[in-house]
Order: sequence, then structure tokens, then C-alpha cells
Amino acid sequence: MTTFSESQLLDAYRRMRTIRDFEERIHAENTTGDIPGFVHLYAGQEAIATGVCIHLSEKDYIGSTHRGHGHCIAKLCDVKGMMKEIFGKQGGLCAGKGGSMHIADLSQGMLGANAIVGGNPPLAVGAALTAKTKKTRHCAVSFTGDGGSNQGTTFEAMNMAVVLKLPVLFVVENNGYGEGTGADYAVGSRDIAGRAAGFGMPAVRVDGTDFFAVAEAAGEAIERARNGGGPSAIEAVALRFYGHYEGDPQTYRSAEELKRIREEGDCMKIFRARVTGEGTLTEAQLDAIDAEVAELIEEAVAEARAADYPPVSELTTDVYVSY
Amino acid sequence: MAKKTIREAINEALRQEMARDPDVIIIGEDVSGGAGGSGEEDAYGGVMGVTKGLIGEFGRERVIDTPISESAIMGAAAGAATTGLRPVAELMFVDFVGVCFDQIMNQAAKFRYMFGGKARTPMVLRTMIGAGFRAAAQHSQSLYHLFTAVPGLKCVIPSNAYDAKGLMIQAIRDDDPVIFFEHKALYDIADDVPDEAYTIPFGEANFTRDGDDVTIVAFSRMVHIANEVADKLGREGVSVEVLDPRTSSPLDTDSILESVEKTGRLVIVDESAARCGLAGDIAGMVAQEGFEFLRAPIRQVTVPHTPVPFAPTLEDAYIPSPAKVETAVRQLLEARPRRMSA
Repeated sequence: MTTFSESQLLDAYRRMRTIRDFEERIHAENTTGDIPGFVHLYAGQEAIATGVCIHLSEKDYIGSTHRGHGHCIAKLCDVKGMMKEIFGKQGGLCAGKGGSMHIADLSQGMLGANAIVGGNPPLAVGAALTAKTKKTRHCAVSFTGDGGSNQGTTFEAMNMAVVLKLPVLFVVENNGYGEGTGADYAVGSRDIAGRAAGFGMPAVRVDGTDFFAVAEAAGEAIERARNGGGPSAIEAVALRFYGHYEGDPQTYRSAEELKRIREEGDCMKIFRARVTGEGTLTEAQLDAIDAEVAELIEEAVAEARAADYPPVSELTTDVYVSY
Repeated sequence: MAKKTIREAINEALRQEMARDPDVIIIGEDVSGGAGGSGEEDAYGGVMGVTKGLIGEFGRERVIDTPISESAIMGAAAGAATTGLRPVAELMFVDFVGVCFDQIMNQAAKFRYMFGGKARTPMVLRTMIGAGFRAAAQHSQSLYHLFTAVPGLKCVIPSNAYDAKGLMIQAIRDDDPVIFFEHKALYDIADDVPDEAYTIPFGEANFTRDGDDVTIVAFSRMVHIANEVADKLGREGVSVEVLDPRTSSPLDTDSILESVEKTGRLVIVDESAARCGLAGDIAGMVAQEGFEFLRAPIRQVTVPHTPVPFAPTLEDAYIPSPAKVETAVRQLLEARPRRMSA
């Protein structure tokens, strides 16, 4: 059983709280029409990104999805840079050229949100190949969803990782829906972890609303990867609070389900109840973090709104290193 | 200077760069061959033997045989490149891009721009092109036009061994994703190739024949056909200039326009595609930038708008032939200069 120090738990809570507030604020800001394009919110799944990334340093790599804000924050990407990017502004993590679905911060080991479902597992395999070739003891994590788990790229990446014995962890976040189609319908075996195990790697299914369950499984898998034990997979189940995209009327799921998720499947409430119940953290400590995060998000939005859009002269820059 | 084939020249480039830089790795299907088999290691050295012998020198950690999983190969190369290696990945036949284009087009090609200039993806993708092997529709295409259309990729299409070595070394040292197209009918063509490492910059055309009457632009195997026609017509007193751009992205438009300004006539010989191919691309560029140089219409000698056929009679008719190129050149010479309306 992994035990976490007080500071680690505070850190985990801060990451989760930041993701939740960030996403709820984007949900609100999006209604103003000032955010270009479309956004996909991670709220409800905070314990998964955090439970995994709490074990990683900036030298470890993660690949993410179109629902990538949570992975970025859990991997400690700059929140203000993220907000500017989502607003398409100068000073954004990708200089306003990527947007919500392409936020990346290589200096933090964040290889990018990825708007192609199933796009990142092969890339995470590549990052793991670098770690193995250079013998760094670093590892790579691929985050995908139940939708991405049905892509051939995911199968290829899992098999290749086993064949080459690469230090990579495949985290499949089963949030119940691939866009508007239920995972119980679209995942033929209804057992994503079992399917991963079929490729020849240790794979477990965990409650994705329980930070401790995710962190336990991820810690074990990442340790195995660092020690040359090859890849692992985790299927983490946690339903998303919001729609596939902002504006999704979510007619494919019932009002009762949405209500139940918030009441029974809120990882923030579950975390808070556990740490205060066990006496490892106090309400006051958590409230203090809530206040700091609220201030950070407020500043991030204000700065993003105040920032300029990139000048048209940047349209043709950075296509190549040299050309 | 020693004569070396294109196969030997590329192999030498790979060996020299791997010896120079430990971050260079090779990854692909059967790049050594024999992994997990009961016979010898390095059984293939690539299906055309281009990577033969490298595993003996650099080991299985740097010459990596993969499952037949092209998306995973391309993605692994792209992911490794952004995190510190310089992978040379192999897509055995370019036709197989149909199962893995996402990792090249949406991932590797776009990282730098999409991430605001912060990413580098120094990978090389070696792949085989070309008809003429009776390999039919799914092993014979020359799809470099598809990659040329993608911003973020560089496309190298060598026609001879000297260029192949210098361009390969440049490709490996380059910090952008480079697609390196090797024509399967050219591997045994030999040229003088220096033993030492050297680079050839991208975007600089090579004039393989100098002339004043007609310009032929051609890539890869088509350069040899163009040269053959130039030599034949030269004996008749027709002076044909042959220009091999060597890379389609970047494209040396200046050299093409300079040549057309001199000759006033342009034939483009291209194995990529009849529609939306390199010939059409270059013709459009010249029509826009050099219309006033032209004394006759631009002629495109391309493959037809068909898949590559199997039967020898059909495949032979598919490939642009010296006779077709010669006819195109003669038609231009016979065309009367356009009368410009006042």
C-alpha cells in the first residue's frame, strides 16, 4: 500500500482542485463566445490524471487527448499559459497556434493534447523508446479514453511496447462514452483492461474517482517501467461531468445519470472525505488551497482576456525549423 | 573515387551517421530481419538490403525490427524524435502509408507549428517508390506528391547514388521530419561516391544536362529517362536542359524559372500522379511566375490517372517512357510561338 506524505496529498489536492476550477471556469467562459473553436472538459476525471502524474517528473513524458486540460495541469503545465492558449492569445503555451486540443509543453514532458482519437499511444511508445535507448529510467504515459481504446493505433502501440519491452504505461480512461456512444456498446468485450492484458502486459481496472486507487496502480506500473519491466495498462473508470464538447446537449444520457455522477462519483468530494476522515489533512488546509486556486484561475482568465491575439505575421512562422 | 550503388550509398550514409551520433537509430519491419526466427540474424537487412550489416555494427538496440504495425512505427519515430533521438524509420513501400498517414501528417508534420515553435521532430522516414517491378497496384506507387502537400514535411527524391548519400546525411542531421523516397528500380545504379561523409542542401536543383532549347524537370527514375532523351536529341542538334530538383519540399523554384527563362519551353516528367501531382504543381508555378518566358505550352508527361497495373504490357505503358518524353519535346519545338494579342 502506497503511503503519501502530507505535502504529497496537498499537492495532489491542489492539482485536482486546479483542474476542476479550470474546467468549470472554461464552461462558464465558453458561453460568452470569446473562446474560439470547441473545448472538451475533463471535470469528473481529475483523480485519474493526478493519480498518475503524481508519480512523474518533468523528465517523464505523457501523451494526451482532445480532453487534455486535466493532463496538462496534472503534469504541472503553466495554468496561465494554458488559459491564454485556449483563448488563442499571445503568450499561450503554443503561441496561440494550437488551442485547447493541442496544448503541449515539452519542457514539462507534456507531448501534447491530441485531437486525433488514438493519436498519442504510438507517440508515447516513441518517448518510451527514447528513455530505453538512452537508459534514463524515465517513462512515458499514454492517456486515452474508452473511444481511443478501440483504435488500431492503440492496439499497435500496446503490442509494440510489449515486443520492445518499453517503459510505458497505457492509461485508458473509461468515462462511459466515446462522444455520444456508450462504452458498453462500443467496447466489444466490455473489458478494456482485459484486452490490454491480452497483449501480454499487466493490466488492472480501477475506480477512477478514487485518487488512492489510481495512484496505487499507477505507482506500481511506473516503478515496473523504470526498472525495465516493460509496459502496463490501467483502465480507470470515471464518468465525465460535462458533455463530449461544450454545447453538447447530452441527449444520449439521462438526467438521473448526470445527477448521480455528481452526487456519488465526484472524486473531489471522495478525496476530501477520506483525507479529513482519516485526519491526514484538515478542512482548513484544503480550504486554503481552494482559495489560492480560485485566485489563480481568476488571474489566468483576466490575463488571457487582456492578452493580444498573435499578429498575422506569425501565420507562416514555425512550420519548419529551417526551410 | 569508388563506384557505389544507391543501395550502398544509403547504407554508407546510415553507417557513418550512426557511428557519429549515438542518437541515430533505425526502426522498421525487417530492417535486420531474423528476430525471433530459427535462422540467422540480419537475414534481410531491409527487404532491398539497404540496412544490411548495420545490426552487426550497432546492435539490436539501435537497429530495431518491429512488428508489422506501420502506425506504431511512424508514431514511435515521431515520439522518439521529439524526445531526443534521431530515428530513421522505414515504411517498406510508400503504398503502406494508407494505414499510418495520421502519425506522419497529423502528428510529426504538425508538432512544430501546432506547439508554437517549441517542438523539433528530427526523424527520417525512408520509403520505397516506383513502378516497374510487376508489383501491381499496392506496391508500385510514387506517392511523394501526397507528402509534398503537407506543410511541415520535407521531401527528398534522389535520382543517383552521389545525391542519395549526401541527401541522406543531410536528412538525418536535419531538425525537421524528412521523407526520403527511394525508387526500387534505381538501387543498383552506381556512381562515383566519396567515402567520407558529406551533405547536400535541400532545395537546390541539380542540372544533369545543360541546354538552351527545352527544359525537362524530372525526379528520381524519370531523371534517367530525361537524360536519355536529352542525349538522343543532342545528337540531332537539339539542346535539352535536364533539371533534377532532388527535393520537392522545399522546391528550387528559382532554378526551374531560370531555366525556363533561358529555354522558353518546359516538359515535366513525373511518376507521381496525373492529377494533383508534382508535374501539375510545377506547371502551375511556372504558369503563374514565368508565363512571359514561355514560347510554347507546358507539357506534362505523367503516369495515367489509373492504378498501377500488373500485366507487363500494361505496366510498361503506364510508366512515362523515353518515347513519350521525346514526343513531348518535339511537339514543343514544333509549336509556333504564341501570338500575343495587342
